[in-house]
Amino acid sequence: MTASLPTALMPPLTDETVLTLRPAPKTHVTVRGLSKSFAGAPLYTHFNLDLPRGKIVSIFGPNGCGKSTLMNMIAGLVPVDSGEILFDGKSLKDTQIGYVFQNYRDALFPWITAWDNIAYPLKRKGMRAAEVKSRVDELVALFEIRFDLARYPYELSGGQMQTVCIMRSLATRPEVLFLDEPFSALDFEMTLFIRAKLQDAHIATGTTMVIVSHDLEDAVFLADRILLLTRRPTRIAEIVEFDMPRPRLPEAVADPAFVAVKARTLEVFRREMAS
Amino acid sequence: MSRFFDRRWLPLLGPLLLLALWQLVISAHWVKAVLLPPPMDTMAHMASVFASGSIFPDLWATLYRTLCSFGIAVAIGVPLGVMLGSAEGAYRSVEFLIDFFRSTPSSALIPLFLLIFGITDVNKIAIASFGAMLIVLFNSAYGVMNAKKTRVMAAQIMGVSRWHVFKDVLLMESLAQTFVGLRSAVSMALVIVIVAEMFIGSETGLGHRIIDAQQVFNVKEMYTSILVTGALGYLLNLAFLLAEKRLIHWSGKA
Repeated sequence: MTASLPTALMPPLTDETVLTLRPAPKTHVTVRGLSKSFAGAPLYTHFNLDLPRGKIVSIFGPNGCGKSTLMNMIAGLVPVDSGEILFDGKSLKDTQIGYVFQNYRDALFPWITAWDNIAYPLKRKGMRAAEVKSRVDELVALFEIRFDLARYPYELSGGQMQTVCIMRSLATRPEVLFLDEPFSALDFEMTLFIRAKLQDAHIATGTTMVIVSHDLEDAVFLADRILLLTRRPTRIAEIVEFDMPRPRLPEAVADPAFVAVKARTLEVFRREMAS
Repeated sequence: MSRFFDRRWLPLLGPLLLLALWQLVISAHWVKAVLLPPPMDTMAHMASVFASGSIFPDLWATLYRTLCSFGIAVAIGVPLGVMLGSAEGAYRSVEFLIDFFRSTPSSALIPLFLLIFGITDVNKIAIASFGAMLIVLFNSAYGVMNAKKTRVMAAQIMGVSRWHVFKDVLLMESLAQTFVGLRSAVSMALVIVIVAEMFIGSETGLGHRIIDAQQVFNVKEMYTSILVTGALGYLLNLAFLLAEKRLIHWSGKA
């Protein structure tokens, strides 16, 4: 159809846009012609990416390739030099997103209780007290919370704080949930717990999720797709699919399918390290 | 040991030792009685000035000046500090002035304030509020500037308005540091008020009482006034510590 347009009306073809490079079917987030450089050194140039709807995508790559930067540009925390990022064709401004930080201690508001932290974004949306309560109760049931949410964040353990962070980020029913190294400050037991909770939340809500992880096993465990990046200037090295059915139990890490995907991912990673 | 000695009594040990040392210095005649009265005589004198009520006009005058100065310092310092802190460029442009006057002993400015305000009560309050205000301003501004970036980003991502990010996050973040400022500021206000009462002609106040007693070698009266001034400073600090513990319960924990 674009071919029949008079050339004068065509956008210049120097940059990729959703008009020149249409998103794949079932795409939720479209990144086109993204460029970003730091102190003159290009990190991303004309970077294109489609994030599928309702899937969990893990971003994995060598140190300094800009895993977090990519996610933070999509989430609007880091400005882009140029490019276009659309959520279902909408801009970020019109999209409700959630974000889980690596440092849960610095992300929660210590002056209000854990319960009020979860309720805060709902109250600020102008929701009535009764609705806020029922939404928080829903999350408490979904996450099977057994600790006292009337306590202040600093009275909770690390794993409990990160659970509260995830509940807060899901409270507003975001379209996309971004997680920046959500396990890296947690011990192994808590990592297993939060991984399981995130998976439950994903099964229950179907929220599109993007996870940045530096741990290969964590990256593979939750993912439907593992997005492997190259060294800078960063491109997509490969997108590995992982369609093991959910819920995946902790034992899944020993499953031949899991081992195969992990091996494939490691192979690409090592190839990119060497290049 | 715990049967005979409860750890809760430990804080009393220091003051008792000091009193004992004081008595020892008198009993051993290491210091002339004209320079240092015996502790029990001083305590008795303190009881009498409270019983007769003769100290109250001076105590209230000093407390009134200190609280007035502190009130003015807070009313100007907190809003100004928060504003400067949220526009870091603005703070940097006046940082030198704030640091310079913060480092200048306020008593050095007494002659300057004398020129402007004359020998009045207003002068004492003006100079004390000036010194205290700089401390409040500096701490409030740093409280806002040092707000955890992650918390601000967390609120922004929720789609919260700029005003609410300011009110719910930046302002709350600054409170812990602001309270540190308030506590130092009330101590500073008291110090300057006492100095001003001593050296800017004054009819009332603990500072005036101390210098008057010294002029006539009434040492019992002088030590009594010094101790009352110390107690006033201690109680003001304690009041702010308790308020801080109650209001800023997260201070130092998050």
